[in-house]
Amino acid sequence: MSEFLETAPVWLKDWVLGLLAGFGVPGWILDLVAAGMVVGTCIGIFLGLFALMSVMERKILARCQNRYGPNRVGPFGLFQPVADGIKMITKEDIVPAAADRVVHFLAPVVMMVPALLVLAILPYGRDLVPVQLDAGILYFFAVGAGTEVAVFMAGWSSNNKYSVIGAMRAIAQMISYEMPLVIAALTAAMVSGSLAPQAIVEAQGPAGFLPGWYVFTPWGFVAALIFYTCALAESNRCPFDLPEGESELVAGHLTEYSGFKYATFFMAEYIGMFAICGLFVTLFLGGWQAPLPALGFVPSWVWFFAKVCAVAGSMVWVRATLPRLRIDHMLGFAWKFLLPMGFVTFLAAACWHYAGRGPAGWLASLAIVGAAYVALSANFSRRFSLERRVYQFSE
Amino acid sequence: MNEQKTSRWSESFAGRLLSGLRFPGAGLVKGLAVTARNFVGSYFEKDRLLTELYPEQRPRLPENSRSFPFLIYDGNDPEAGMRCVSCKICEKECPPQCIYIVQDRDAAGKALKRPRVFNIDISVCMSCQICVEVCPFESIRMDQVFEASSYDRFGSLVLTKRDLLKSNEYYHGIHPTEAAETDARIEADRKKKEAAAAAKAAKAAETAKAAAEKKEAPAA
Repeated sequence: MSEFLETAPVWLKDWVLGLLAGFGVPGWILDLVAAGMVVGTCIGIFLGLFALMSVMERKILARCQNRYGPNRVGPFGLFQPVADGIKMITKEDIVPAAADRVVHFLAPVVMMVPALLVLAILPYGRDLVPVQLDAGILYFFAVGAGTEVAVFMAGWSSNNKYSVIGAMRAIAQMISYEMPLVIAALTAAMVSGSLAPQAIVEAQGPAGFLPGWYVFTPWGFVAALIFYTCALAESNRCPFDLPEGESELVAGHLTEYSGFKYATFFMAEYIGMFAICGLFVTLFLGGWQAPLPALGFVPSWVWFFAKVCAVAGSMVWVRATLPRLRIDHMLGFAWKFLLPMGFVTFLAAACWHYAGRGPAGWLASLAIVGAAYVALSANFSRRFSLERRVYQFSE
Repeated sequence: MNEQKTSRWSESFAGRLLSGLRFPGAGLVKGLAVTARNFVGSYFEKDRLLTELYPEQRPRLPENSRSFPFLIYDGNDPEAGMRCVSCKICEKECPPQCIYIVQDRDAAGKALKRPRVFNIDISVCMSCQICVEVCPFESIRMDQVFEASSYDRFGSLVLTKRDLLKSNEYYHGIHPTEAAETDARIEADRKKKEAAAAAKAAKAAETAKAAAEKKEAPAA
């Protein structure tokens, strides 16, 4: 049974293709159908996750604030996304008179494309990788960088000061956090010796009866935290949602968007968030590997999506907890803390590898990241003393 | 969260452990612990969820809350028990002029002590309660209805006499203290009037008696 469930998606695809081949459908159409099935399944699953997330996020946030959250549409409010979708689609689509109409229209589309493209390389299960790329991690970051262009297109074409400021902030934030993000991802790639996501997952197989996930090593834990923080910033989520900080920027680059274009931005943001959660799971949480070998009877793709949902849920928890940062604090945190910490983690991972990946390596890498943490955080835990403010021009 | 619960948490082992954390980034852990406690607690401790689920759970309005005026009648028949005598004081005093009264007349054209038309435009009413304060007949009082929205801007927001007339029992239901005071005052007034009437009647009888005696005297 478990074996059947494990291979069910592949078996289903082969069955449909075999059926079509039986009708004498030419080979190139079969290829197209095969690709279409994979793409359709991916998009369908992630759109479903987006819909589920949009209501679960509001419910979790509400519970963290001792409220009920949406509970009116359908059982437990689960049909809320349907109501939201109808509302979004039937809203008027306003384009400002002074906007650059073409770019304004293209921005949400350009935002959506990288969010969907990066889904191609994630290993969803033991045999479920839409595209087997040897440099999959590289592809993920290269394509994922396209969202920055889309955000700036949106901000610039709106011809609105809030939009431009929001877009500038978004660019500053995304570029700053891309660096530690890539370096944290690189540690996992270096230790597993491959840039192929599937190979990285396989390298995190069970070690004895314990899971061999990278997050359970000192360097992996730190790299995972860095990656997680940067993933929050890359997907513009709290506490790094300054580009759309409504208290100061109305809605940042989304100010002039309404109706379905706004919904598209949202969808792209959430799918991008799921994609980066998927990469996080792949790199540090053992991808589709079961936590314990005894739990191997559950299909691997179930483990993958369970982990992705858990990570996405933790992002909502963080959102419920932390207030928004100030722009200089946020950039300072990236450049003064996360980036050097990433380099040190890289070093620690190398030490762990050359010390034989045993207890010695464990202690060595723990010492390195611990020392770096204490040294780097001293800069942030300094107390500020209040001084009398001197006004230059008013006295 | 009340005071007692907060102190209980801070005295518990986990609370002391958390507040004792002293490392860079401990604030993040403490914050996450607070939200996690709210998240889990909201499923087990019902008193955390203060939201009233409105259409199902009706709000318990404070006794002194008020929305728009209504007219009180005694007994069972709204028309017969109507306290309003159409004195039009409220109409004259109403600051936004939202009350409109037409006095009733009988077939002969003689004015009756009751209104034929009594309208209040609640889209204009500002709930100031001045009509209540000036009414000498304890006839107009403030209601507590709050679901007065309508699809129609003008028609259904003008309350007519039929909409406005509500029983004294209803008044006791929404403002018990105030209604008891009003009833006591009406009762006292009635007794005073009765006593005055009795005194007057006694005096009249005495006068009549005296007059009769006087009349009898010369005859005798």
